[in-house]
Formats: sequence, C-alpha cells, structure tokens
Amino acid sequence: MIRIENLSRQFEVGNQIVRALDNIDLEISKGEYISIMGVSGSGKSTLLNILGLLDTPTKGDYILSGINTSEMNDDEMAHIRSTKIGFVFQSFHLIPRLTAAENIEMPMVLAGIKPKDRQEKVEIALSHVSLNDRADHKPEQLSGGQRQRVAIARSIVMEPDVLLADEPTGNLDSTSGIEIVRLIEDLNKAGLTLILVTHDRKMGNRSDRLIRLLDGKIIKDDTK
Amino acid sequence: MRFYDLIFLALSTLIRYPLRTIMLLVATSIGVMAVILLTAVGEGARDYITSEFRDMGTNLIIVIPGKNETSGGGSPVDLAGVTPRDLTIEDAISLRKIDGVKNIAPIVIGETSAQFNGLERNVPIIGSTQSFLSVRKWEMETGMFLPGTTLERSPPVCVIGKEVEKELFGASNAIGQWLRLGDRRCRVTGIIGTEGRAVGIDVQKLVVIPVSLATALFNRPSLFRIAVESENRLASDQIIKNMKKILKKRHQGKEDFTVVRQDAVMASFDNIFNVLTMALGSIASISLFVAGILIMNVMLVAVSQRQSEIGLLKAIGAKNKQINQLFITEAILLSGSGAILGLILGHSITQVLKISFPTFNLLPPLWASYVSLIVALMSGVIFGLLPARRASKLDPVIALSGNK
Repeated sequence: MIRIENLSRQFEVGNQIVRALDNIDLEISKGEYISIMGVSGSGKSTLLNILGLLDTPTKGDYILSGINTSEMNDDEMAHIRSTKIGFVFQSFHLIPRLTAAENIEMPMVLAGIKPKDRQEKVEIALSHVSLNDRADHKPEQLSGGQRQRVAIARSIVMEPDVLLADEPTGNLDSTSGIEIVRLIEDLNKAGLTLILVTHDRKMGNRSDRLIRLLDGKIIKDDTK
Repeated sequence: MRFYDLIFLALSTLIRYPLRTIMLLVATSIGVMAVILLTAVGEGARDYITSEFRDMGTNLIIVIPGKNETSGGGSPVDLAGVTPRDLTIEDAISLRKIDGVKNIAPIVIGETSAQFNGLERNVPIIGSTQSFLSVRKWEMETGMFLPGTTLERSPPVCVIGKEVEKELFGASNAIGQWLRLGDRRCRVTGIIGTEGRAVGIDVQKLVVIPVSLATALFNRPSLFRIAVESENRLASDQIIKNMKKILKKRHQGKEDFTVVRQDAVMASFDNIFNVLTMALGSIASISLFVAGILIMNVMLVAVSQRQSEIGLLKAIGAKNKQINQLFITEAILLSGSGAILGLILGHSITQVLKISFPTFNLLPPLWASYVSLIVALMSGVIFGLLPARRASKLDPVIALSGNK
C-alpha cells in the first residue's frame, strides 16, 4: 500500500544542509500497525509528514496505493489527505470555536459533502469514540482525553486507508493515554493501517512492527 | 466546500473574536456613514438651489445688464471705453410686443428705512410689477399684490412680508395703513404669505413696491433684472432671439446685456452640485479604503495567530483555494456588515438631523448607498486578498507547529 524508495529529505539551516531523512526504503502493507521510534531529530516526524503528504521529499519516490505522489500538485495531494489519510496530533489541533461534532464534521465540510450525509457520519464517528453525549461541547469544555478522542473521530470520519498518529498520548495522563492507544488499536483491528510516532517504548512495543530511526536512517525494522 | 459552510466558518471566526470584529465593523461603518452624510449635504444643497429655481418656473428668461466679452483690438470705440447701458423700464416695455411673452417683471432692488407709528427698521425693497407675483409663484396671505397698472406710473402702494408686518404693525391690521419708505409713503395692500428667499432676500423681511416707485425712491433709472415669462418652454429660443434684436436696437447696436434661460441656469447649478456631491462622496470614500487597509492589517495578524488552524485545515484536506476563499469571505463579511451598519447609521443620523434642524436640507442620494456599499465590499475583497494568499501559501508543517 505504501512504498518508499531511496527517499531523502534535506533542509537548509543557515549555510548547512541537514539530512532529516537519508535514502530510506520502506514498504507498508494494508492493515499494518507500525510504530516509528527514535530520539529527537532522528527524522521520525519528517517521515510522518511525508507519509501524510504534508511535506515532499527532496529525493526519491513515495508511492501510495500505486500512485507516485511526487507527480502530484497541491490540490491532488489535498484530495489524498482528505480521502485516504487521517491525522492525529499530539496537541489535538481542534478548532476552538467549533463544537466536538463540528470539528469532526470539518473534513467532510472541506470535501463538500451534503449536511444530511455528514450528520450520520458524525454520529457514527462519535459513537466510535464514545462521545455522543459531548457532541455540542466546545474543546475548552472537554478533558485532554476527550479532546484527543474528538481528534480521532475527526481523523476517521472520511474512512481513510491509513491513520498517522504523531505522539497521540504525549499530552495525556497515563490512564487517558492507554484509552487512546486502545481506541486506535481497535481501529487498526478493524482494518485501518496505523502508523504511530512515539517516544514511549511501551507504546512502541504494542505495535506489530517497530521501526527505529537515527540520523535520518532506518536502523531497525522489526516485525513481531 | 459549500457556500453556506463557507459563510458559517467565516461567521464563527468573526464571532470568536468579538473585539476585533467590532473594531473593524466600526471602521468600515464610519467610512460608509461619512459617504452618506456628506453626499446628503451636497444633494440637499443641490435640491435646495434647483427647487428655488424651479419655483420660479422653467419658462423664465432673465435679462441682466452688462456682458462679459473680450475688449481691445484697437477700435476707436474700445479705446474710448464702453460703459454698458442700463436696463430701463422702457427696455422692459419694449419687450411686451414679442409674441409668446406671458409676463414681464422688471426688477429693482435696494434697501431703505421703513417707518410706521414711530417704529423704524431697515428693509430690503423689491420694485416690480403685478407680474412678479406670477413669475415668482408667490402666494398672498392677506390683501392684494401690486395693481396691474402701467409700468411707468403706479399708485403708491406696497406689499410687505410677515416679519415686517409683525415688527412695525404688531397686533394692528397693516392693510390700508400708510407705510413710510425713505422719503416716500405707500399704502399697504397685502401681506406676502410665501416663506423662503427671493433674489437672495428673506421674503418675510421684504417690502415690494411698484417698479416706478422704486426707481424714484432710489433715484436710479436702471433695473437690476428683467424677468420675462414665456408662454411655453419651446418658444423660449425664439423669444430670446427677438429680445436680443429689440434690446440691441435700443442700445445702439451693442449687445451690452446678457440673456439667460432659467432652465439653463438651473441645469448649470444642477451639474455643479452633482459634481460637488460626488466630490464629497469621493473624499468620504477614502475613509473606506483606510478601513480596508485596517481590515488587511488585522487579517494579516489573524493569519499569524491562526497558523495552527490553517495547518490543520490543510492536513484534513483543505485546498489552497479553500483557505483563500475562507479569508476573503471573512473580509467580505466584515466590510459588508460594516457597510450595512454604516448605511443604517448614516440614514438614521440624517433623519435625526432633519428632524432637529428642519431648515437644514439633507437628502442622502440613493446612489451614495449603492456606491458606498460596493466600494466597501470591493475594499474588503482587495485588501482581503493579501492575507488570504498568505494563509493559503502557508507550509502545512510549519503552520501546524505554529502554536505548539
């Protein structure tokens, strides 16, 4: 489903060139549960951004569902992000002025889906994360765990192929963190490809496949 | 993205930041309000002037002594210097024979003291004929206007304005009383009912006497104007031709007088005041552009503050075009709402001023409302473009990390 070939990502910092990713090859199959681990600056977030089409590689190919993304323009990448990729961020990234339901509805609003169809999907997504009773609450009225559940509901409402989670439990206490991890694992069990970036060894060990990055290179790729 | 979703998202942002929204609404509404109020002043002045002329009728032709022309060139006459001849009562009489002339009102103006029963005040005087009432379309409150006798001779009578009546005659009946004007006496035959101004003079403070009495009173044979009313507008051109011919003959072949048509003068004033109103509106429109620049500045700050949101929208599938639309819609809603608020305020203040100062003519023209609304909206679109473009071009990765 995902194939990365000889992929590099370089940044210019002042006069220096920093290699965030350095000639990476990676293949991910549909339904896999992968953790990406590494120290700060190892390139794991850069890899996740490229996988999520938020960033583009300096060199190499990223093939998603058979399509080479390096040939895509901004609008085509936006369309792929809308339909095939879901994001969960460490800091939730909910829009504060919108209710939980409206936040969840947002990807469908951008996709131009009719309000009637959206309503039904929002209710399903809310029931997935057990927050039907909080639909009309604003983010500021929700706990950290509830906010992340809203963010997860938003990420799955368009029924994507892959869920990219960047430190999803980083801002949560341990109890809420475990709830969130179980929630996204359930989504994986239902067939969603899950790629998780984490610092947490315990969380990383829960995945079926653990990839370790160091200085932009894959130093370990273990499958259970 | 559907249109109502776009409006909802833009509105939700404006509601989320009430202080910012109110400040921008106030800025735009002041601009629109200024356009409405200033054009109301201009249009009011235009309406006042043209209605003054219209009240006198559009079939009016006015003869003025003197003429603006180029002199010199070495002819003996020019070297000797030419003084224009006065317009006289005889000139006015000579115009009577022209076909199509309905009324002729020679006019003399001056000022003298009016005395009655020990009370004295200076009054403006108009010397004319019975035709003056018809030409000016005045109405009498009581009594009669000047008698319709010959131009050269007239009985010593006068009609007075209401203020003259009140000040000199008080509670007693002025009709039939002898009023002293300078060294002459005249019997009051009527009180003028009309209010307003005539030849720049407040009608209520005025005394009107026969033209022959006025020339004798001021010891001046010359007329201030000759007002000629034609039977219809279409005949005016032919009448003017004939008038010029007759007067030129009487003035030894020199056209030392000016003939103007009332409707032409009215049209000139109409044009002048239209230009003035538009100039005032244009000046006020500058404030709309200032408001637009303010919107742009505030929205540029908003783009920086909302980087994280923009990044998120991109992450969940927003195209650059959609981000662009979102910010432009916000700018349009701000400028549009501000414009509507400004229209309401401008028209309300105009109404309040009209009630508070009834003599102050304020007429906000309809075009000013449309133009100010369109200019405000255009200003919103133009000045919303830069922030919208900046937002849409944000790198999603950098934007997402913006508020971390």
